Amino acid sequence: MTDDSKKPDGPHEFGFETRAIHAGARPDAETGARVTPIHQNTSYVFEDAEHAADLFNLQTFGFIYSRLTNPTVSVLEERLANLEGGRAAVCASSGHAAQFLTFFTLLEPGDCFIASKNLYGGSITQFGHSFKRLGWDCHFVDPTDPENFRQALKDHPEAKGVFLEALANPGGLIVDLEPVAEVAHEAGVPLIVDNTLATPYLLRPFEWGADIVVHSTTKFLSGHANSMGGAVIESGKFDWAASGKFPGMCTPDPAYHGLTFYETFGDFGFTMKARAVALRDFGPSMAPMNAFLTITGTETLGLRMDRHVQNAQKVAEFLESHPAVAWVSYAGLKSSPFHDLAKKYLPKGPGSVFTFGLKGGYEAGIKCVETVELFSHLANVGDTRSLIIHPASTTHRQLTEDQQIAAGAGPDVVRLSIGIETADDLIRDLEKALNA
Amino acid sequence: MTEPTLADAAPPPLVYDDKLVAGILKDVRTIAIVGASPNWVRPSNFAMKYLLGKGYSVIPVNPGHAGKEIWDQMTYAELGDVPGPIDMVDVFRASKDAGGIIDRAIELKDEKAIKVIWLQLGVRDDDAAARAEAAGLTVIMDRCPKIEYGRLFGELGWSGVNSGVISSKRPKR
Ligand SMILES: Cc1ncc(COP(=O)(O)O)c(C=O)c1O
Repeated sequence: MTDDSKKPDGPHEFGFETRAIHAGARPDAETGARVTPIHQNTSYVFEDAEHAADLFNLQTFGFIYSRLTNPTVSVLEERLANLEGGRAAVCASSGHAAQFLTFFTLLEPGDCFIASKNLYGGSITQFGHSFKRLGWDCHFVDPTDPENFRQALKDHPEAKGVFLEALANPGGLIVDLEPVAEVAHEAGVPLIVDNTLATPYLLRPFEWGADIVVHSTTKFLSGHANSMGGAVIESGKFDWAASGKFPGMCTPDPAYHGLTFYETFGDFGFTMKARAVALRDFGPSMAPMNAFLTITGTETLGLRMDRHVQNAQKVAEFLESHPAVAWVSYAGLKSSPFHDLAKKYLPKGPGSVFTFGLKGGYEAGIKCVETVELFSHLANVGDTRSLIIHPASTTHRQLTEDQQIAAGAGPDVVRLSIGIETADDLIRDLEKALNA
Repeated sequence: MTEPTLADAAPPPLVYDDKLVAGILKDVRTIAIVGASPNWVRPSNFAMKYLLGKGYSVIPVNPGHAGKEIWDQMTYAELGDVPGPIDMVDVFRASKDAGGIIDRAIELKDEKAIKVIWLQLGVRDDDAAARAEAAGLTVIMDRCPKIEYGRLFGELGWSGVNSGVISSKRPKR
């Protein structure tokens, strides 16, 4: 801290909790409305023909049509960019749509990228199957050793990016971000981190060298399981020109009248291109109502995450001591091989989504999810409510057993997303199910 | 090709106080854009159009286009040809060419009442900047006035950009 920062009128860095409530959301200029209005509206009147032309040419900032930008959605975009410590963000209709916008902006047909094999099952399917049909190849690696990323980038020198979940879904695994970022940068490619399970309150990947962060805002950011959504955020620090691997960012883009995105928009060129080309042409925009609910969710993010991790720690400790439980994979436990990484990267707590294994295997897993009463048996995470699922029979069902085990979702595995209810009530509910 | 790494990417980023940048954008009225292009997809053309729209008087400087107009403004071959005062010189040229333009602006400082030299995104020459500052000029480098205007006066957030502005005051329209 400089001395200036101690003066009330000197430069000041606002704290996370303040930014979670205020970033992007000044009072409405027209009406003074303090809460961000829901602009349930598709299109915006031009001042005159010249203004219309400027907007279409991206020569001025403003609203044209809500597939591209909407005043409620843009408040959420600025807020998420701010909370991650990034330069700019673009929202999408879901986390998967955000991943699509990211890779459509990075890749050409025939390109490939490297991804951690410990990802949300839907992402493994999106990358491994559906992306293939667009001509994009994904090579999966075990993320527990950063050298594996180095080797994969050597084996596939044409790769255009590295993707991982720092705190992985479904269970308890933490990737050592710093060395992986170095490996990616040595190869001249960006590190893309899915920060859904940690949220920027617990982990800010940009501080460890990530270049792009993606979110399923469906989860902890909206926080109440009432809105699908996604976001792509760029740090603004990746040098697309120096890398030499991204002609799409650095040469005139035929999809936008020959505009060169990096040169024109600099450190938010990636976001502009994701919006002006990928979002414009494929259309997975976030609904204004969902943006409103997600904005409201982010205001309490810090409070909720503190309680989520407190409750998760208590539940994990209870499970570890229960005789029907073979293992618990929660990085908050001393027994976890990721405990030290958790302390380094997630000092406020390693989230509230984790897995445990039942000695009784597949059958015991099914029995457990069917016996609980307070936990909801469903396929989601990051709700105020506590959630339970047996991945092998649901979210990871499309994968082979080998892939399931590789993704931490073998037959004996149960996944929990611990909510913010009274911890003792959660423990009681699980105890009943385990003893049944 | 040698493998580029981001760690090699030269000097540390420049940091400017928001108040300084906002003050410049409020005070200057006449901006000469050196390297202004008549091609509408070029960033210099974007910035010129935007700044005209915000009420600045913008004068294009480009020897290859001298005597012709860009956005209805007459283009001059060099700074010395611009009639009347220039509050700010905005340089849309590669870093290696910036020094010469800065030295010319220093020569013309009193004649043209130049106060600010602004080098565009990606353009930087620390030595020339030091010469200009020693001559009493304010220097901003590696920034775009269009982007900074949008960021500080609220429009950039519409494109999802983090303005860094936190305020519960009602914005003035
Ligand atoms: C870590 C992670 N990333 C991405 C997604 C996909 O997000 P969405 O369901 O919003 O498309 C999920 C959803 O479960 C997830 O858990």
